[in-house]
Amino acid sequence: MLQRLVNTSNAMSPSVPLQEMIRAIRSARTQCEERGVIQRECAAIRAQFRQADNGGRSHNLAKLLYVHMLGYPAHFGQMECVRMIASPRYSEKRVGYLGAMMLLDEKQDASLLITNSIKNDLSHSNQYVQSLALCTLACMGSAEMCRDLAPEIDRLLRASNSYIKKKAALCAVHIVRKVHELGELFAPAARSLLAEKNHGVLHGAVVLITELCERNPETLERFRKTVPDLVQIMKGLVISGYSPEHDVAGVSDPFLQVRILRLLRILGRNNEAASDAMNDLLAQVATNTDSTKTVGNAVLYETVLTVLDIKSESGLRVLAVNILGRFLLNNDRNIRYIAMTSLQRIVGTDHNAVQRHRGTIVDCLKDQDASVKRRALELSLALVSATNIRSMMKELLLFLSSCPLELRSQAASGIFNAAERYAPSQRWHIDTILHVLTTAGGDVRDETVPNLIQLITNTSELHCYTVHKLYRALLSDISQQSLVQVACWCIGEYGDLLLRGECQETEPVQVTEDDVLDALETVLQSHMSAPATRGFALTATMKLSTRITDNVDRIRSIVSIYGSCIDVELQQRAVEYNALFKKYDHMRAAVLERMPVIEKNSPGHTNGESTREAVKEVQPAKVKQAETLLPQQPANQVCDLLDLLGGSEEPLQSNPAVGSTVPVLPISTSSTAGGDLLDLLGGLEPTPLTPAPTVTVYEKSGVTLTLSSEKQSDSGLTVTLTASNSTDSDISSFTLQAAVPKSVQLHMKAPSGDSLPARGAAKVTQMVVLSNPNKVNLKMRIRISYTSQGSAFQDTVQVDSFPEH
Amino acid sequence: MIKAILIFNNHGKPRLIRFYQYFAEDMQQQIIRETFHLVSKRDDNVCNFLEGGSLIGGSDYKLIYRHYATLYFVFCVDSSESELGILDLIQVFVETLDKCFENVCELDLIFHMDRVHYILQEVVMGGMVLETNMNEIVAQVEVQNRMEKSEGGLSAAPARAVSAVKNMNLPEIPRNINIGDINIKVPSLSPF
Repeated sequence: MLQRLVNTSNAMSPSVPLQEMIRAIRSARTQCEERGVIQRECAAIRAQFRQADNGGRSHNLAKLLYVHMLGYPAHFGQMECVRMIASPRYSEKRVGYLGAMMLLDEKQDASLLITNSIKNDLSHSNQYVQSLALCTLACMGSAEMCRDLAPEIDRLLRASNSYIKKKAALCAVHIVRKVHELGELFAPAARSLLAEKNHGVLHGAVVLITELCERNPETLERFRKTVPDLVQIMKGLVISGYSPEHDVAGVSDPFLQVRILRLLRILGRNNEAASDAMNDLLAQVATNTDSTKTVGNAVLYETVLTVLDIKSESGLRVLAVNILGRFLLNNDRNIRYIAMTSLQRIVGTDHNAVQRHRGTIVDCLKDQDASVKRRALELSLALVSATNIRSMMKELLLFLSSCPLELRSQAASGIFNAAERYAPSQRWHIDTILHVLTTAGGDVRDETVPNLIQLITNTSELHCYTVHKLYRALLSDISQQSLVQVACWCIGEYGDLLLRGECQETEPVQVTEDDVLDALETVLQSHMSAPATRGFALTATMKLSTRITDNVDRIRSIVSIYGSCIDVELQQRAVEYNALFKKYDHMRAAVLERMPVIEKNSPGHTNGESTREAVKEVQPAKVKQAETLLPQQPANQVCDLLDLLGGSEEPLQSNPAVGSTVPVLPISTSSTAGGDLLDLLGGLEPTPLTPAPTVTVYEKSGVTLTLSSEKQSDSGLTVTLTASNSTDSDISSFTLQAAVPKSVQLHMKAPSGDSLPARGAAKVTQMVVLSNPNKVNLKMRIRISYTSQGSAFQDTVQVDSFPEH
Repeated sequence: MIKAILIFNNHGKPRLIRFYQYFAEDMQQQIIRETFHLVSKRDDNVCNFLEGGSLIGGSDYKLIYRHYATLYFVFCVDSSESELGILDLIQVFVETLDKCFENVCELDLIFHMDRVHYILQEVVMGGMVLETNMNEIVAQVEVQNRMEKSEGGLSAAPARAVSAVKNMNLPEIPRNINIGDINIKVPSLSPF
């Protein structure tokens, strides 16, 4: 039987016992049988390891490694690896090192034990033993080992044969990755390696230099001087005649070419001189390389990337982008994929050039290959602009309906971002979001619901249209939670518009109050609805009690039924709404009134975030809230009104430099149910209007701030703030921040500047546009910050009255 | 940097696994399963680049694979490697295997896993491409194999050893040893 095995195993491998074992494992017909075989083998191997010295040691370790590959535990072989590495026989060393690379890593204690062996083997007379040691060090060398052995590696880099040199170079790369400081040690050797003729060594040297340059900018500077040498080497590769040993499909050592091009890219980035030195070469490579084979394309592709990354001349850039365009039309999907990857990189800098290929890229969205689709999606999202938003969105929505699952949430959020930035009209924006929610409602992020609600409330002219659309959507499908939540909220809020039965923008529905309540009840009772969604539905039902006339009793009964619901959140809501019906019926109308317009974030209005927080607390149907609706902290909310930078009231009050007092707005209704929701019930005392057109609102430490205002419309006011500096020193970084009551919209335009020269030489003006649709009493708190004579100052002032023409 | 090299067959059985970054054993098997799952779904005419695969690394990593008959050769690389270059490297590796094994097939990889590792060691070292010249690789591997064989011993040349033992003149082993009062029954050893 042995004879037969010997004949069948070819000249390469004498490891018969290994093959026997493999045969035995393969003949096992079930997983259980295989486990049995392997357990027996492992037991035998363990026994063999324990024995002192036997001839078949290398076989046992090889067997163990095979077993390890199949996924069975092999940690008991670690010490054997250490022993084998120390053996004088090459066959045993070889397997020992292989075992070390597979089974050991720096976290295991056993790996320390091989440090000495590696050290000895690095100076072994046999170059193949040296190479084993180098290989192992490069694979799993820990930081300490690297530090210990770095000088050895440096020696090998300088004085050995090319076989060892190339391995030492890659080993050095690993060392530098583990211990960054050692980069300095290898730099001189790396430099001299560039003069070698052997391609393997050159390749290793280029990789090493690339690593050194990427880690350390100073090293990068020094290696810039090697650009001429690299260009020379490349020229040799490109122009030289046919050299069969390095030829791959007609291109001379494409791997080395690609490496050198990459290094040139790093060296030429942001550096005119280096880029100039490469221009000719790059043009030559770009035009001469044969692009019919994959290898040629690899080199061409790398050239294109380099051209686009360095400061190349415009003709070359055009050539590069054209090559990418050609790649994009290539039949080979690989090439198209690569082209899109690189276009992604340059879409920021050469946006117009990439836009030219938009059509092809959008076509790739329909490719059946998932990888190509992914690339096309990212690129398409990057190419969306104000001019092409409509057509692009059409394509993207089409893509969303048929795209693979793993790309859906990326596509949905990309579409939302694009819609937000470039929406040509509010109606289009709302339509787009609704479309996404209907197609991919399950994959959108959580913020979508409040964002959409905010968008809807802000578009007051489209309320009727929106509620109609949402009602229709709700009737057809109640499985998409985000959509259902928004729909419930809108119906609750604008149900009266729905019932009115007329709509300018779209076909109105003829619904009765019962129909609407039916729809909401369906959502409440459906098993598909998430608890949060049911909360939305219940609150919407409650809100409708003030907007409809006939079926209030039905609402009352729904609410009282849910007072004993198992879901605690729903139960709490129902009980409180019940209370609203019974004890606080007189407040019901006020509590359930229309929501105020939610302020949007605007530049210069740093209160945006905290206002949004306050408003979010107020929204009764807010999903994330676990606490109850009614007993909110009113002080917190009203303070948020005029609170700059999201802090609480306290720091402002403690600021002694404030010129005028900072009144806390009277909150008489803090203890009752309804007062906190809106500031309608909190009193903001009206103040008499002053007739003067300009008012000095702040004057301190030589800085004066005056305010003048002009009424633009019924609810619009333009305020101009002018600042001047009467001190003897210049003021810099002068900024103003403003906060206004919740229902007022504020838009700060860019200031004329941020420095105030001394002695009133020039002024800074800033315009603020206010919109006060609810005609609340206008107040504004302004925070002034500036730097004078090296120290920073900050001050706050409250403006209670605005002069009006 | 190449993070891992995996070779498995059409049913997902691993034929060679090489990780250049440490993963626990069960993690390694999970990665193999996940990679197989991703790669086997692909048609034959789609591109050879795959993204996704959360286990083996974040957004910077992609899988570059080639399908030859019954085997998938998968390289998991990061963005510092040229994708088309790696694709060519796989080709070079397979051609090298073909030269070393003479018309390599899956069985060769199964039964000579250690040899395949040694060949791979000449191509990729520490996650970095070492040598791409096929002849150079083959030459080095041959030298090392010759070295191993020349070390001699039972492991190196079993044929010679077998015949040597067979030709040994072993004396007849007594069945029973009766010396005085001692009676030892010798257990029968199976003939070699």
